[in-house]
Amino acid sequence: MPPISLSNEKQKDYRSNSLWRLTLRRILRQRNAVLGLVILSILVLTAIFADVIAPFAPEQVLIGLEEGIKKRQDPCIHLFGCPKDQPQHLMGIDGNVRDQFSRVVHGSRISLMIGFTTISFAIIIGTILGSISGFFGGWVDNLIMRILDVLMAFPSLLLAITIVSVLGPGLQNALLAIAIVTIPVYARVVRGSVLSIKEMPYVAASRALGGNSFHILINRVLPNAIPPLIVTGTLGIGTAILDAAALSFLGLGAQPPMPEWGTMLGSERNQVFTAPHLVFYPGIAIMLTVLSFNLLGDGLRDAIDPRLGHTQN
Amino acid sequence: MIQYTIRRLLMAIPVLLGILIVTFALARMIPGEPCKAMLGEKATPEVCERFNVRYGFDKPITTQFGIYLRDILSGDFGQSIRFSRPVTIILIERLPLTLELGTIALIIAISIGIPMGILSAVKRNSIWDVFTMIGANIGVSMPVYWLGLMLQFAFAILLKDTLFQLPPSGRLAPGLAAIPFYEVWGLEFARETFGYHFLEFFSNFYIFNSLITGDWKLFGDAIKHMIMPAMALSTIPLAIIARITRSSMLEVLKQDYIRTARSKGLKQNKVILKHAFRNALLPVVTIIGLQVGTIFAGAVLTESIFGLAGVGRILFEAITARDYPIIQAFTVVIAGGYVLINLIVDLSYVFIDPRIRLE
Repeated sequence: MPPISLSNEKQKDYRSNSLWRLTLRRILRQRNAVLGLVILSILVLTAIFADVIAPFAPEQVLIGLEEGIKKRQDPCIHLFGCPKDQPQHLMGIDGNVRDQFSRVVHGSRISLMIGFTTISFAIIIGTILGSISGFFGGWVDNLIMRILDVLMAFPSLLLAITIVSVLGPGLQNALLAIAIVTIPVYARVVRGSVLSIKEMPYVAASRALGGNSFHILINRVLPNAIPPLIVTGTLGIGTAILDAAALSFLGLGAQPPMPEWGTMLGSERNQVFTAPHLVFYPGIAIMLTVLSFNLLGDGLRDAIDPRLGHTQN
Repeated sequence: MIQYTIRRLLMAIPVLLGILIVTFALARMIPGEPCKAMLGEKATPEVCERFNVRYGFDKPITTQFGIYLRDILSGDFGQSIRFSRPVTIILIERLPLTLELGTIALIIAISIGIPMGILSAVKRNSIWDVFTMIGANIGVSMPVYWLGLMLQFAFAILLKDTLFQLPPSGRLAPGLAAIPFYEVWGLEFARETFGYHFLEFFSNFYIFNSLITGDWKLFGDAIKHMIMPAMALSTIPLAIIARITRSSMLEVLKQDYIRTARSKGLKQNKVILKHAFRNALLPVVTIIGLQVGTIFAGAVLTESIFGLAGVGRILFEAITARDYPIIQAFTVVIAGGYVLINLIVDLSYVFIDPRIRLE
């Protein structure tokens, strides 16, 4: 038997490694989560290689480039019997004579960016508020939680719409609005974990060793509050993308000609009877993206918290 | 029980007050002068001064909030800039449609979502369960407005001239008009006692109005116009309710008392509905309360797609036209309604789970 090493360094290494490896193994065991991971990987690759995949630039108007091109032309796919002499447009041509497929492909960049920025912002602010609230308790806790209660009393999309109506339409303001309305969720999650973690023996030990509150909060409490945050965050990215697309659809978020899926849907909404493909594909793109984050988030939750595991799947 | 009720009611007051503060503050946070934001950049200083005096913008902010509070408590939401009409009147005209649409959507979501969730928990890992969960996952990921547009295309174009054809938009077919029940019954004199707006409000529920006056043609037409928007609006709540019902049922079905009930020889149906579902109901009811918010927010999107002149659509129009009194009033009403519904949900816990009464 090898001697047991008590060196701090090694032990930490071993623990964190196995936690994440265990989590990964648990995720890979779930069909749903794997499906989510696959869709998400395709999406990320699409976003990275958008310039290579898309035959045209997203804002390129094709008038003059291709002969006889008409706006809102139906999709032309060679594989499905479209004559070979016609140029291929997988998802048709939009109302401004641009290649819809190129726009949808480039839209993946914007949507992923929207999801990650809003949720990162909300998580940072939410973590600060939640940990202060949970760790210090008392009137600070009461004040913060009551303010968050009020924010949560509004249906979230509605509050986001109202905030954007005040800030003025635009992608940046829409992102800010969505981040603001999701802060309470993360603050509550963090507060909940901090409340239970601060009663742990190792926190008491750290305090006995003379650690100050700030040190304990940052180095002992917060690292252990991260797992539930990852789950909520992953599920939150889906909702954020959905809400941002809704704002853009209403004309309050991303503005044309930006190839944002919600904006694309919004500008062609009245053409649904004559050119349904222009509405169909951006919607499918939104749905698949949101679906992938939801599936992955569910899988993560089951993997990180095995107690819940068997009720979900 | 009474103590619990009073405590919950008292807890709702600061939240309601907070909602008023937030909406008040949001309306004041509009960059630039309120006058120019509302009347346009070309407003002259004289016009602005008159505007400020008229809407009380010349007074200190605390006084303004006091006036705002007093007005709202007396049911006065001010004047709409765009329509030059009292916002309260506009609310009375528009709110019934949204409530009607939302109620139908919620009924669809509950009456399909709960049985789906129960079945999928009972027949866990069966084909039915797998399909329900796939459906529920897709349902929560779908943009409401996209589904609405797709439904329009399917029912108004693909199924045109079949039995399933549905009108793509609007609330009633052209040429049809709802006759308010008070006119049918010759109750015009009641306006004196109940007030015109009170009667008007209830008669604006077209389905309810045509039902009590026995106007079946109108009833059928109003229902037909509601099917698609309600379907679109109900998908997300339906999916969420089905998922929560399933996981809550799975949790309960593992309990010892379920095994006891089974070993007593009770029929499967009785075990599931009486013993299991009753105990699984609490999270389901909670989530239904929260779905009211989803439905209100979804109404903004659904109504603008289906050309329905409800609260959601006018809110959207008010946002594009920067009609702040309307935005403010409608946000207050919707958020207030949301808080009240969830208060009722909280109070209903006592009836669902008697253990809560003892706390």
